[in-house]
Amino acid sequence: MNLTLQIWRQKNAKTKGKIVEYPIKDISPDMSFLEMLDVLNSQLITLGEEPVAFDHDCREGICGSCSLYINGEAHGPDRRVTTCQLHMRKFKDGDTIFIEPFRAKAFPVIKDLIVDRSAFDRIQHAGGFISVNTSGNTQDGNAIPISKHDADTAMDAATCIGCGACVATCKNSSAMLFVGAKVSQYALLPQGQVEATNRVENMVAQMDLEGFGNCTNTGACEIECPKGISLENIARMNRELMKASLK
Amino acid sequence: MSGFFKSSVGRKVAMALSAFFLMFFILQHFAINILSVFNPDLFNEVSHFMGTNPLVQFVLQPILIFGVVFHFTMGFILELKNRSARSISYAVNNGNANSSWMSRNMIYSGGFILIFLVIHFIDFWIPELNIKYVIGDTSGLLADGNYRYFEELQHKFVPIWRVILYCIGFVFLALHLLHGFNSAFQSIGANNKYTKSIKGIGKAYAVLIPLGFIIIACFHHLTYTH
Repeated sequence: MNLTLQIWRQKNAKTKGKIVEYPIKDISPDMSFLEMLDVLNSQLITLGEEPVAFDHDCREGICGSCSLYINGEAHGPDRRVTTCQLHMRKFKDGDTIFIEPFRAKAFPVIKDLIVDRSAFDRIQHAGGFISVNTSGNTQDGNAIPISKHDADTAMDAATCIGCGACVATCKNSSAMLFVGAKVSQYALLPQGQVEATNRVENMVAQMDLEGFGNCTNTGACEIECPKGISLENIARMNRELMKASLK
Repeated sequence: MSGFFKSSVGRKVAMALSAFFLMFFILQHFAINILSVFNPDLFNEVSHFMGTNPLVQFVLQPILIFGVVFHFTMGFILELKNRSARSISYAVNNGNANSSWMSRNMIYSGGFILIFLVIHFIDFWIPELNIKYVIGDTSGLLADGNYRYFEELQHKFVPIWRVILYCIGFVFLALHLLHGFNSAFQSIGANNKYTKSIKGIGKAYAVLIPLGFIIIACFHHLTYTH
């Protein structure tokens, strides 16, 4: 496959970036998208040019590091995949592919396609945890009866890898799908009840402080989420906050 | 609780609550207007009651005005905040791949509805205020002793341009409701086993109510005989 890549290049957080065109030849349809970028970078290094900086780690859809906005969609045109799981067979020979960083004021660009997603970490620090007595008398989690439905729903919420595709794809740069998932995974389990009130209040407050936009229920986040996190989680977060504010 | 409404989630809920109120108002407005097609005498009586009852005029009407002003003011404020949450736009953004046009353009459909509301107020509400509270005629009667409401309604829809203008306004109302109805339920946390049914009811409401208003406007345009 021969392709034309239009890639966002930006030296650092303080400089202005721009789209730069890179023609690339002889790409195998079996390559992953990141492998295609590896090929481009090795060519750039051979030519003595600065390689394109992009985030990646596990390359098997688990870590949530890769974060590219490809042809107008977070993680590209495929569904339920991260960028590392996207293959070049999803494109056609001769295609032009636009590659941009995830865009949000709360996700500032560090370099080229790498953005700072530490806002998610700070939201997690604000309440995305449970406090457990580790003195040796801790109750075995498996000994606490939990309905199959609740356990499954909590697990579904917990599959969020915090990649930020929801923010990137939302027209308002809202982080409510991420926060909804993190609130839900605890709200559905008995272990999460002790800190339920403070958790939702603190996480929503931190989310607002970070400068994310408001959700307008377009549902784009649910469609683009590589883990299929459902909008039900946002509704649950809303209910949890309403409950918390009445206490 | 005041802290709740300062949060992003709280503002969503406030938008949804005002939306529910306005959707209920539209329903009752439609229920009264459709009487003008089937029973002009009953339409006159109900209109006179609504226009002269102190509870409707001095309690419900101010609440309605507050609801309308709150909904569009908060809508504009949230839109500005949301736009500021992304300082650099994407060079390529494929919104159609993951969301409906209606859901992404609520500010525009809402903006056109607001323009329509101003026209609607100039056509009906301001003349009504003038007759009742400036001229001081609360009888609701014409010189011939009949109620004036049905006659005034039919007379308004004689010019075809006004019928077309109102039809365009109702199309924007339908586009706004096609997303807004279900969105309001999601915002108050109602995403459960009834969601599929709510979505179906929402689509029916969003299409049938504006279509009904269009039929009413066309009916009066075609049947005016004086």
